[in-house]
Amino acid sequence: MSLALLPLLQQFVVLLAALALFLSFVLLAQMRLVAAIHVFAWQGALVAAVTLTVAVAGAVEHLYFSAVLTLALKALLIPWMLHRLVRRLGLERHTERLRHPALVVMAGVALVIFSYWLVLPMVEQGQAFTRNIIAVSLALVLIGLLMMVFRQQAVAQVLGFMSMENGLFLAAVSATAGMPLVVELGVAFDLLVAMVLFGVFFFQIRESIDSLDVDRLNRLTEVES
Amino acid sequence: MTALLLTLLTPLIGGLALFLVRALAPAGWLNLAVSGLTLLGSLWLAWTVAQVEVIAGLGFRVDAFNVYLIVLTAFVGLTTAIFSRPYMQYVQASGRISVLNLRLYHSLYQAFMLTMLVALTTDNLGVLWVAVEGATLATVLLVSLYRTPEAVEAAWKYFILCGVGIALALFGTVLTYFAAQLVLADTEAGLTWSVLHAHAAALDPTVMRIAFVFLLVGYGTKVGLVPMHQWLPDAHSEGPTPMSAVLSGLLLNVALYAVVRLKMLVDGSLAATDTPHLAGALLMGFGLVSFMVAALFLHRQRDIKRLFSYSSIEHMGLMTFAFGLGGPLATFGALLHMLVHSLTKSAIFVTVGHATHLAGTQSIERIRGLIRTQPTIGWSLLFGVVAIAGFPPFGVFTSEFLLLTATMQTHPWLTLVLLSGLAIAFAGLFRHLHPMVYGTAPDGQAPVTANLLPVFVHLGLVLWLGLAIPDFLAHWLNRATALIAGGGVL
Repeated sequence: MSLALLPLLQQFVVLLAALALFLSFVLLAQMRLVAAIHVFAWQGALVAAVTLTVAVAGAVEHLYFSAVLTLALKALLIPWMLHRLVRRLGLERHTERLRHPALVVMAGVALVIFSYWLVLPMVEQGQAFTRNIIAVSLALVLIGLLMMVFRQQAVAQVLGFMSMENGLFLAAVSATAGMPLVVELGVAFDLLVAMVLFGVFFFQIRESIDSLDVDRLNRLTEVES
Repeated sequence: MTALLLTLLTPLIGGLALFLVRALAPAGWLNLAVSGLTLLGSLWLAWTVAQVEVIAGLGFRVDAFNVYLIVLTAFVGLTTAIFSRPYMQYVQASGRISVLNLRLYHSLYQAFMLTMLVALTTDNLGVLWVAVEGATLATVLLVSLYRTPEAVEAAWKYFILCGVGIALALFGTVLTYFAAQLVLADTEAGLTWSVLHAHAAALDPTVMRIAFVFLLVGYGTKVGLVPMHQWLPDAHSEGPTPMSAVLSGLLLNVALYAVVRLKMLVDGSLAATDTPHLAGALLMGFGLVSFMVAALFLHRQRDIKRLFSYSSIEHMGLMTFAFGLGGPLATFGALLHMLVHSLTKSAIFVTVGHATHLAGTQSIERIRGLIRTQPTIGWSLLFGVVAIAGFPPFGVFTSEFLLLTATMQTHPWLTLVLLSGLAIAFAGLFRHLHPMVYGTAPDGQAPVTANLLPVFVHLGLVLWLGLAIPDFLAHWLNRATALIAGGGVL
């Protein structure tokens, strides 16, 4: 079944999800911290838009609430907190140097293909919509993971973590019309607490190694020192 | 239901109250009282469950399997609180920690207990995920409590690795929910474990297979399975010692509990396919690798707390392997092993806390002559390690013997691997232990005020379990075994 035969609203969801995936790539390669935070905020807004679309399409009432929650948390509050932290840490002009930018982006592409390959046998009933959406969200999760592995800057790692969460939320909203409300609130609460703790840790790390380059956190190893 | 609410609300209210207590001495006592009340609540809960089999309601569900872990959690929580009260006074006196952080410590201690208990009692896979993630959040600040560069590094590693792991577990949970929505009429119930278990056979096997891989990697990170174990030795060695005791004794168990519950779902879903034992095989593989790698790594340790955290990985690997093996005997052995490992390992960490206090260092090379300086600490450490290495007459021997017997019945050649692993681990522990307890004490090493009551109680219980498992406990574990493996051993 080709994508063009899907109902319009579903096509719109797939379009938004694809844009979110595109932003994941931008995030992966964006070396300027402040710009990366903005990209992340836009990704959050896209996920909120997906939630709203699913809510309209399926007339699922509690998703309206989720959409507002996502917009407030992922597109406004967390980016604002990160922005403030970056300003207080004096990192506004910070630009990171990635060792092999082309290689990392290629790895991202490979992860997208891998996600599609993994999801391919999953839904045989020809549900092109669910299959695409799960593959895209998995790709978002894996690219977030890749970002956490390759970036050495603590703030960038947190952005990777948060974009993983975006992928998870996308999967929950579009493949299953949202988790039960209590779970969604719990996840949002955990995410907010995690963000506050990340902020605390930025200062602790800088105090201990005088930078936020977590590659320099290498005192604990198994090798004899 | 009242018992359940008492068990859950006590740490919640206690945690909030503890944040308001400024002075250290009352905070320690209050922490103790709250933990004691939680234990009473959990015992009441266990007594109720013994009468009515299952308590369900408000999204919670308590049966024979989780109630025994609830009692264990509350019990270790109490004994660790007994140890933590004087220990934290010593830490404060040594000036390694500020007053605000000390308030935070007690408050987060109860928050951690709360997340553990919620994870164990909930019937909802989503809430389970929230609680396990909450446990990371509650403990991560405690790992960096001393603010040394090492402690901050350990905490960051712990935060990031467990955060990533647990995110993968959430993806697995979403996939499970997706599979449930294809078959359940009431989609809101799609995360309720009991409903899913009842409909397990109808769940789409392809989706569940992929979901389980994510869930296993996710919760497996928390169990400390190799190769996702990197955070565990760091977090155990750099955090305050009472935290090491509860992390090893409780958190790892709860993560394994989650894996076992999810395996029960996947087994039901895959029963009719051509790979009915996929989940079990995965658990066996991860478990065996963790067991062997950790046993080898024991030999290379230079920090006493790292040494015993690798021993925890080794034992968690063994339990994971046993749950993967399945069948009543292996499951019974694994449940017993969970119990005796928690008791022994938290006793060891309490003793290690005193030993490092005595020697003023965590470096194995500089901890010497414990028996000469303070016989109680030396002998406690010796007996603790003898117990954890699986010597009779301690309980760990009983459970390991059951596990080996079960392995012999189904996979005879794996018994050899397990036996050699146990021998390697034994050698790894004793080569470090021997000079620590028997060696000559350095000049000027003086005894410290020790509070070894928790150690004696734990080791006494483990000894008792090794000599004779009391009837009620055997039946209790047997009922849990019947729930998991479909048949008991008694």
